Amino acid sequence: MGGDQAGPVPMEGHDFALWEKRVDALMVLCSSKGHFTVDGLRRALEDMGEAAFEQHSYYERWIAAINQNLVEDGVYTLEELATRMEEVAQRGTTYAEAAHG
Amino acid sequence: MPHDHHDHDHSHDHSHDALSPSGHPYRQDNDAPLTYWQRMEIAVRELLIEKGVTTAAEVAAQIDLMDSRSPANGAAVIARAWTDPAFKSRLLDDAAEASREMGFDIGPLHLIAVENTADTHNLIVCTLCSCYPRNLLGLPPDWYKTRAYRSRAVREPRAVLSEFGVALPDHVSVRVHDSTADMRYIVLPARPAGTDDLSETELAAWITRDSMIGTGLPRAPDGLSATKA
Amino acid sequence: MVERVRIRNLMPPGHVRAPAYLRGKTGVVERRLGAFSNPEQLAYALPAAPKQLYRVRFTMAELWGDAAERPEDTVDAEVYAHWLEELPDHAT
Repeated sequence: MGGDQAGPVPMEGHDFALWEKRVDALMVLCSSKGHFTVDGLRRALEDMGEAAFEQHSYYERWIAAINQNLVEDGVYTLEELATRMEEVAQRGTTYAEAAHG
Repeated sequence: MPHDHHDHDHSHDHSHDALSPSGHPYRQDNDAPLTYWQRMEIAVRELLIEKGVTTAAEVAAQIDLMDSRSPANGAAVIARAWTDPAFKSRLLDDAAEASREMGFDIGPLHLIAVENTADTHNLIVCTLCSCYPRNLLGLPPDWYKTRAYRSRAVREPRAVLSEFGVALPDHVSVRVHDSTADMRYIVLPARPAGTDDLSETELAAWITRDSMIGTGLPRAPDGLSATKA
Repeated sequence: MVERVRIRNLMPPGHVRAPAYLRGKTGVVERRLGAFSNPEQLAYALPAAPKQLYRVRFTMAELWGDAAERPEDTVDAEVYAHWLEELPDHAT
């Protein structure tokens, strides 16, 4: 990425949403507990390829990369993840409802 | 700059604010339709808690810790360096240790301070991802993480700086620092002329987040006369 | 003594910590940072031997040639020893 041609730097910012802060916190906690390192996060982010960078937001890519590393570390299985994501979807249509706060 | 009213992330409307059970305010995002990635965050977090990897309290405490870190921490460090030559020397020698000396809990971070002088301007970037002195300054601004900034900062830093409104005199050299591995960087900006009479606290108000990344310069705070301690 | 180094010009797939835009480019060691666990092993959750880390300074002229915005401006980056080739000093 360094040195590539690119357009003007977009200056818009946003305040972080609660779910984004939680993703950030999960990364810090999982790495401090030795489940994977920031290097593993970087590797998973890079493996997503260029398209992911355009299609998904920063913390969307982060939660995908965290999940990838946790599955590889054996913390839970993909079947457990899928089952839980399905349960979460049944709880409501907004983040507040689905996350129970 | 006009606000984009379609931007669901914009948070100036606090009419929906209320506190969640964890004590954090709900934001408008929380009323928007649940996304696939939000479902994944909820599922991953719940599984981590059930497996005993972490607890809800730990997650909340980590968020509080990150929320407590802001550019004001860095500004306090820089203002001290501007007013205390011995501290400045220690900061340039080991910025992490100097920050800890001021009571900032920055964890195991390795921090290098790079000094702007009459003939050198420093600029920080991470071309590989988004490494940033977050343990001192808080989370990075969105532009720091964009493809445009990460691509161009190492190739045409002067053009990037001009987009940030920074015009350097011709004789000033630019040094770009790419945070590729284990070090994090903070710029020690030059103390502006005409600030000799200001206290350390007053000076801190001049030190913006961007001036510590190198995309800005220190500037007089808005409403200069109403200095807030 | 100025220590001149060249970043090895190899392009393997996977997680490589030497940025692609620096590979094959020559710079000088700005400072030695000590040893850190090899991130290219940590990235795959493998045992990681300590590797020496260096800050290397490159001129814009070296990186971008005639396209450089200002030839004498510089980029400093951290590069691990296993990505460096030492070059003989030459009188300037």
